[in-house]
Amino acid sequence: MSTLDTIPKTKKEALVEILLRLADDRIVHGHRLSEWAGHGPELEEDLALANVALDMIGHASSLYSYAAELEGKEDEDHYAYFRDDIEFKNIAMLELPRGDFAFTIARQFLFSAFSYFLYEKLIETTDDEQFKGMLSKHLKEIKYHLRHSREWVLRLGDGTEESHKRMQEAFNEIWMYTGELFDLDDADQVAIEHKVYVDVSTFHDQWKNLVHETIEEGTLTVPDSEQYMFSGARKGRHTEHLGRLLAEMQFLRRSYPDATWK
Amino acid sequence: MSDQTNTEWPLWEVFYQPKDGKPFEHAGSVHAPDSEMALQNARDTYARRNEGISLWVVPSDQIVASTPEDVGPFFDPANDKAYRHPQFYSVPRAVKKRK
Repeated sequence: MSTLDTIPKTKKEALVEILLRLADDRIVHGHRLSEWAGHGPELEEDLALANVALDMIGHASSLYSYAAELEGKEDEDHYAYFRDDIEFKNIAMLELPRGDFAFTIARQFLFSAFSYFLYEKLIETTDDEQFKGMLSKHLKEIKYHLRHSREWVLRLGDGTEESHKRMQEAFNEIWMYTGELFDLDDADQVAIEHKVYVDVSTFHDQWKNLVHETIEEGTLTVPDSEQYMFSGARKGRHTEHLGRLLAEMQFLRRSYPDATWK
Repeated sequence: MSDQTNTEWPLWEVFYQPKDGKPFEHAGSVHAPDSEMALQNARDTYARRNEGISLWVVPSDQIVASTPEDVGPFFDPANDKAYRHPQFYSVPRAVKKRK
């Protein structure tokens, strides 16, 4: 299954859809973060970003593996390397080019905050033990990503004139992509009925409070949420950036399908 | 080489505790703008492979160290005073067992 606009019917189909959405978010985000390797502003931050990238790819890998198990596919590589951009279900925020350090931090912070509340609720809600175990393990790492990126928002926002300006520009630029975090579609509804997803609107206020408090504490201004919000990426309507990202991520595996680590 | 040309973050020494009750050991150092970031950088640099359960970070310039010139006066006197070592005492069996 998991072709475009197919609405899952059974619990298993709904869970696969959710697993792929979560995993696609994380592999795309992880790949973007990995682009910092060797380019971090300081050696220590280079390591920190690489760590988060590896965490993201690790989360994606276990989510894909579970989806593969449920769908009877060979392994997680099927999803990561052999689907085209239109089949990826990640939100657009995560596929945008890495930008400068402030943009990377803005994205990390907004997404980690969202993941944190989502995982907490999902762990409470789901009755699928394997799924729950996975989420609980990943939540610990998400807490760290949130802490790390939040601290950077405060420091860049309330730092020098230049860092303040860049941090503000980063939030302004990314804001129209935040709407997608809280989009709910038919597939989500089915998943919610089967207790493999949660109504994200139930923690919208918590997310908003944390984000607003942090931005304001960093002496920055919260961008206007009434502006145009991008949506549709979960259904395959991506920005131009995803295709290029996948080209780089997938070419080796597709060109040399039998390649192995030596 | 004045301080004005130095744009590097300050240096912090990192100590980690391998297990509950064990003494902290020196892991190395990290650069960081402040203590919270020093702790996070220490975590990312030295504690991501299960090395320990607790971390200390200390500004490197706050550490007072002996100098190479101190080697003689500090450490030489120990050389010919073997009686300061405890190996001349036989350890009771009950104590040995507890190790």
